[in-house]
Amino acid sequence: MEYFNPVETLDREQLSRLQLERLRSTVDRLYEKVPFYRKKLQDIGYKRGDLKDLGDLARLPFTTKDDLRDNYPFGLFAVPMRDIVRIHASSGTTGKPTVVGYTLKDIEVWSDLIARTIVAAGGGPDDVVHVAYGYGLFTGGLGLHYGAEYLGATALPMSGGNTKRQVRMMVDFGSTILCCTPSYALNIAEVMQEMGVSRDEVKLKSGILGAEPWSDEMRQQIEEKLRISAHDIYGLSEVVGPGVSIECGEKKGLHVFEDCFIPEIIDPASGEALPPGKEGELVFTNINKEGLALLRYRTRDISKLIEEPCPCGRTHVRMERITGRTDDMLIIRGVNVFPSQVETVLMQIPGLSPHYQLVVDRVESLDVLEVQVEVSPEVFSDEIKRLEELEKKIRDEVQSYLGVSVKIRLMEPRSIQRSEGKAVRVIDKRKI
Amino acid sequence: MKARQVSVFLENKSGRLYEACKCLAEEKINIRALSIAETADYGVLRLIVNEPDKAMRVMSEKGFTVSETEVIAVEVPDEPGGLAGVLAPLYEANVNIEYLYCFVEKSGESAIVVFRVEQLDTAIDSLQRSGYKVMREEDVYRI
Repeated sequence: MEYFNPVETLDREQLSRLQLERLRSTVDRLYEKVPFYRKKLQDIGYKRGDLKDLGDLARLPFTTKDDLRDNYPFGLFAVPMRDIVRIHASSGTTGKPTVVGYTLKDIEVWSDLIARTIVAAGGGPDDVVHVAYGYGLFTGGLGLHYGAEYLGATALPMSGGNTKRQVRMMVDFGSTILCCTPSYALNIAEVMQEMGVSRDEVKLKSGILGAEPWSDEMRQQIEEKLRISAHDIYGLSEVVGPGVSIECGEKKGLHVFEDCFIPEIIDPASGEALPPGKEGELVFTNINKEGLALLRYRTRDISKLIEEPCPCGRTHVRMERITGRTDDMLIIRGVNVFPSQVETVLMQIPGLSPHYQLVVDRVESLDVLEVQVEVSPEVFSDEIKRLEELEKKIRDEVQSYLGVSVKIRLMEPRSIQRSEGKAVRVIDKRKI
Repeated sequence: MKARQVSVFLENKSGRLYEACKCLAEEKINIRALSIAETADYGVLRLIVNEPDKAMRVMSEKGFTVSETEVIAVEVPDEPGGLAGVLAPLYEANVNIEYLYCFVEKSGESAIVVFRVEQLDTAIDSLQRSGYKVMREEDVYRI
């Protein structure tokens, strides 16, 4: 099975026509049904028929996470509650949770998108899809689950945590596709080793990994340790959940399912749309969603769009893997630092374990960035001199990559907390 | 002539040295000699034990980062000038000493110096030619 849905290979002209048609009907519907959007569209003097081509999208107003919070919980829904069959919500760590709702048709469209991602990752109806994303209000678990069933594969609803049990089930039930965060995939590989489970006892062939930024170096580690093909999946609950985009076998960017979402890259400071190939903030417009459809939703994720055709045959535009979020970006003494940059450097130093943590503190009004790294037997030496050389090597490489001075702290193995979902990469102790 | 030293990485936080030693105690492994090198954030515990293989195994099972290092143990007379005397041939042979630690033997007549050097064979050779007794591996573990 090469593609799940023929729409994935639609030529550009047909795809653009489909997008414009769907964009117009979405905007008109939102104008009619959602007071928030009616006001926003009236503010810019929008009238029915104003959208002549896709370029006119750039004139429409943005939607932000704050807009969702201000209209908590259901204020932006475009259908009556009796038509909503499912609610999901993001964790409310930085304020009120953001709440999203799906109609029955939305669930079907979403399941179709996930089925496409599983096929893009080399899966099909014969696979056992091991879903180790959390089940619940988080979109990860149920999203992958419904998509696996829709494809006709076997869904294994493991949810996160209890890693030893995950490994046992993986062996007993013959899981072939692992769905979880990349950091959890590494944790599973480690526990598998500790339990003495050999790789030949598991049938895993690929991984659909996402929900946190990761690097190509981390992909290599996962692919080596678990002997799978690791595919980056992208999505966010506000837009639909996982299944906004996926890496095909080429692994050179993630195909955005453009029949459902129109991606844009903007300058996060000015809001100006940027030309193809430029890096900036990803913005999505829903054009195939009933319950909650957002216009130009600002993701805070940093990426760029790749318009060149992909050898896999899918015509949908690719986005580069997320290099960070504008809001997990650390500013250390005025320098922008993404945890994924530190990871890239660490993974290039042989023998270092993929577990690391950044601790930011402010000492006498000066930001201090400490990078905690675990000492594996491969890099350990009985001579302090050699350990200090290792520290210096890590420090020099991180510093020259980030352009900011750091302190390296060598830690004992397994002393950095292991992820059972999203890895905690940054501890910010600064009181600003 | 070369003995195996077990080295353990310890984070500088309370209880880690105790944990390490307890893990050896539980396996009835006897520590013959030890030294600790420390920095602000971590330390390296260096151990001569009666069963180095078993110590390596149980400590790594307990999650410690361990490594094995070849060292040499030399008997020197327990008297003023004893250590200086044994250093002379090493100096003359241009042997670079990474670190050493000493202890007094049970009988009290001689002291034992454990050396970690870059050029092990040159060191052994020069010590023997100057008449020092480099201990055999099995004797070191029985100190």
